Amino acid sequence: MSGPAGKGIEAALECLLFVAGEPVPLAALARALALDEIATEAALRSLQIGLTERGSGLQLLRIAGGWQLATRPEHAEAVGRLLTRGSSKLSRAAMETLAIIAYRQPITAPEIEAVRGVSVGGVLKTLLERRLIAEAGRKAAVGRPTLYVTTPDFLHYFGLSDLSQLPSLEMDAPAPPPVPAEVIADGRPPTNADRN
Amino acid sequence: MSSVTSDSSVLAVQAPTTNPTVKAGVHSRPASPLAAAGTAPKPLFKTPAFEGPLDLLLHLIRANEVDIYDIPIAEITQQYLEYMELLEALDLAVAGEYVVMAATLIEIKSRMLLPPPPAPEGEEEGEDPRAALVARLLEYQQYQGAVETLRGWEELRRQIYFRGALENVDDYILPVPEGEATAEQLYQALHRLLAEAGVEDRPVTAVTPRRRLSLRMKMVEIARKIAAAHPNGLAFEALFELPCPRYGIVLAFLALLELVRLGRVRAEQRHPFETIRLVPVADEPAETEDGSA
Repeated sequence: MSGPAGKGIEAALECLLFVAGEPVPLAALARALALDEIATEAALRSLQIGLTERGSGLQLLRIAGGWQLATRPEHAEAVGRLLTRGSSKLSRAAMETLAIIAYRQPITAPEIEAVRGVSVGGVLKTLLERRLIAEAGRKAAVGRPTLYVTTPDFLHYFGLSDLSQLPSLEMDAPAPPPVPAEVIADGRPPTNADRN
Repeated sequence: MSSVTSDSSVLAVQAPTTNPTVKAGVHSRPASPLAAAGTAPKPLFKTPAFEGPLDLLLHLIRANEVDIYDIPIAEITQQYLEYMELLEALDLAVAGEYVVMAATLIEIKSRMLLPPPPAPEGEEEGEDPRAALVARLLEYQQYQGAVETLRGWEELRRQIYFRGALENVDDYILPVPEGEATAEQLYQALHRLLAEAGVEDRPVTAVTPRRRLSLRMKMVEIARKIAAAHPNGLAFEALFELPCPRYGIVLAFLALLELVRLGRVRAEQRHPFETIRLVPVADEPAETEDGSA
């Protein structure tokens, strides 16, 4: 181990996170620092606390499966005046569709339509374009319909570190039938922790 | 209109059914369907749009403050159909989804009017005709709840900003865990390869002087090259002098195939994925060696 030590580790971490521009997985940070993951995570936590204590305008977040520096919400107004925000908020149709995909992934368009009672073709296209969902193979069913899953961008959009953070649905209704596992595997497996 | 309740404070304009603004109004959530029912004229709706028949039904159930497990089908169907009338101006694709639900509601209503069929031996009372619909509504309602949560997170998340990814992607590429390359990373890898091959550097429009190249000339050239590389043979890759135009690569490959077919060159590969080596064939057994061309 020839990595930096003590406060030096935190400073080095800050550098890595500064240049990254996207969430960096713990393993990648550890590799860059030539440290093990336990020591790296400890340093991350310490940096996270340190940023808060010194009243920094930045915060360290666990988001979309990695770690990333972000501005603090208190300064949103100022930052917003400097930058022009590109993306608009999601429509209600997009939100509903996204929620259904998030909880029941991988899921096909007809299955989503059965829940929503309306067609979802246009909405799926929008969500695909915004990279909030992705195609993940086809279901072994009549017509071999495309299966959809949420993406890391989905987690990032809502500020989640992983899908297990989704609140459990209020289970008044009968639970949705489990999705058959015959997924033609060309996509990543679903990572929804509360799905078996 | 004394029957109109306090909800009517948003009902700024009364919209006669012939008014062209009804179409726009239909996309909106009625402030109070009860106020709109009966003899009161149809209001100009001012609240957010419904997301389909289930959304409308849930709204009617909440507005009427009825138990979702014991829906007064006759009443709700009536209100639903009144809303449907406003939909006439809408395009068929959207309206169709509402029509299907209307048919379902009317079917349930009629089944509830009939005496239940005698229960088969040893079974409980026949199923409530509303059960399937209630199950759908409950499931849909769950996701509406989830949408509320997501909406809140979206709002919070929009209060924080991140650094944009670097412009110069070559400066920083995340180590890709094996088997998890993203489409973007593959795209970058392709571009690196193309750049190495010199394909990328070529201007989009370029005047390429037409060079006379014949297969025969290329065959002679390649045969010489291979003969010169004796005794170990020539590596397959060495045949192509990159960068060179696509037809140059194709021509060289065709020439090689022809030489192999004629038995003047032999292609050898000792192990899978190893370099293919091209070896000249001794002149004597010109035709006899390879009959399978």
